[in-house]
Amino acid sequence: MNPILAVALKEFQDGLRNRWFISITLIFSVLSIGLSYYGSAASGQITAPSLSTTIASLSSLSVFIIPLIALLLCYDSFVGEQESGTLLLLLTYPISHGQLLLGKFLGMGSIITLATVLGFGSAALLLGFNSSFAAVLPAFSLFILTSILLGLTFVGFAFVISLSVSEKSKAAGLSLIVWLFFILVFDLVLLALLIGIENGVSQQGLVQLMMFNPADLFRLINLAALDTGDVNGVLAVAVNSSHSAVSLLLVMLAWVIAPLLAAMTIFSRKTI
Amino acid sequence: MSETIVLLEQVNKHYQKIKALQNIDLRLEAGEVLGLFGHNGAGKTTMMKLILGIIKVSAGNVSVFGLDPLDKQAWASRKKIGYLPENVSFYDQLSGTEVLTYFARLKSAPKNQIVELLEKVGLADAKDRAVKTYSKGMRQRLGLAQAFLGDPKLLLLDEPTVGLDPSATQEFYSSVDQLKSSGASIILCSHVLPGVEQHIDRAMILSAGKSAAIGTLSALRDAARLPVSIKTQGINGALKNNEQLAGFMVAHNHLLVPESQKVQIIRQLMEFENISDIQVEAASLEHIYQHYLADNKSSIEQGSKL
Repeated sequence: MNPILAVALKEFQDGLRNRWFISITLIFSVLSIGLSYYGSAASGQITAPSLSTTIASLSSLSVFIIPLIALLLCYDSFVGEQESGTLLLLLTYPISHGQLLLGKFLGMGSIITLATVLGFGSAALLLGFNSSFAAVLPAFSLFILTSILLGLTFVGFAFVISLSVSEKSKAAGLSLIVWLFFILVFDLVLLALLIGIENGVSQQGLVQLMMFNPADLFRLINLAALDTGDVNGVLAVAVNSSHSAVSLLLVMLAWVIAPLLAAMTIFSRKTI
Repeated sequence: MSETIVLLEQVNKHYQKIKALQNIDLRLEAGEVLGLFGHNGAGKTTMMKLILGIIKVSAGNVSVFGLDPLDKQAWASRKKIGYLPENVSFYDQLSGTEVLTYFARLKSAPKNQIVELLEKVGLADAKDRAVKTYSKGMRQRLGLAQAFLGDPKLLLLDEPTVGLDPSATQEFYSSVDQLKSSGASIILCSHVLPGVEQHIDRAMILSAGKSAAIGTLSALRDAARLPVSIKTQGINGALKNNEQLAGFMVAHNHLLVPESQKVQIIRQLMEFENISDIQVEAASLEHIYQHYLADNKSSIEQGSKL
């Protein structure tokens, strides 16, 4: 068997075995179905919210949860094997560093991808039956696609973390910091820039800054596709920019590949 | 004509300022079993990693199956190498069969070998249990089964008998003999010495990254000029009175005699009428090991004083 496939298969089976797959799928489906039906309860209404409100609230919640799940799933992928001695053993097998990395990425990436498709897809199906598929499908496809890309990006981040440290606990701590940075700190700094310095950042400049954060990109793409009336905050400014969805998606794809390349560089220099 | 499997020439390996290995020369032929001995940190594992192609030499040459193990071309020969690392704990969630299936896939080893190997190492009953329920000895056996996957022509075993009970140790050594007779070369790395003697062709003793001695056991024994220990019973006080024998006495019934004079002394001892028992023991591997390590240490100490 091709070594990449062998590793991918093993990682995928591990994900099924330790209930990661089923948990992630459940979380995603409960989240999306819940928001689709009861999302407006917070604003005092009991009617089902509009599709754009649903997607807007889903993306603001997913941006917290997807990166966290990806980091939790993968932070010990290398450092764990290093601690148990199997990484050393694997490297004496006819498998290169690149093949091992790619195999793990494929295996764990498939877990996240499949869970995203099934979890959010279930909500899309339910909504589709209740309203019309013509409206639901395009909105949800974009949302699911970007969720997958966001998940894969943070899988790559987790690999970089896992390869840079030599203890599991450090990898866990570092993962939390990375999560905090991209999900909270980055936005706070942007907001501070926007408000604190008058005319410091133009709208165009703001969008460009957001390219440096895959989580912001994720929100940007999803919210830009909606009626802007449902969007507020920093993003409302950015959403009105002229970037096309395709070019933003390409930047997200670059965010998937870049951490993998970084992980590869670290891996090939690592002494075990 | 036998084929050279592993060749090390003037190999040096430094980690930052630590000299892990210095000027190591080694040639391992097909079908040869080498015992690699030394304290913790003497460089045994580093040497294995060099041969396995996990780390790069700082100076010198390593060649395995005629190729640099870090070379891309050496990729194919990795299938012919089996390695048992020290302290490997494998994947706790997987069963024994699943662990071996994974490694067999990576090594492109035939599937039917998995059941065979699990039986061979005595894990047939536990093969469907998760590895986390295994005892230390069982994990070690799983590690051995993993190293025997495929058709290895070179085996590097780091502390293979740690945690094994005596009968499992015996079985392990018989598989070593079997692999040896099928033409595989084996490097056994250990600091547990008893029992290994009959199964190795040559021994290499490492001390602080240097090769303290290398050769067949009998050659090492000769070169070390280690005395033969003779214990007698029944003569007691009479030994003291014999001028020639008294020179070798270390205790009232214990003599340490040079190898060359062994037979002559025994003959003399047999002349005592009241001798009831005699024990003759040649220097064991352990004595040889101690001797060379002590030797090396004193020469290092002298060197540092100068």
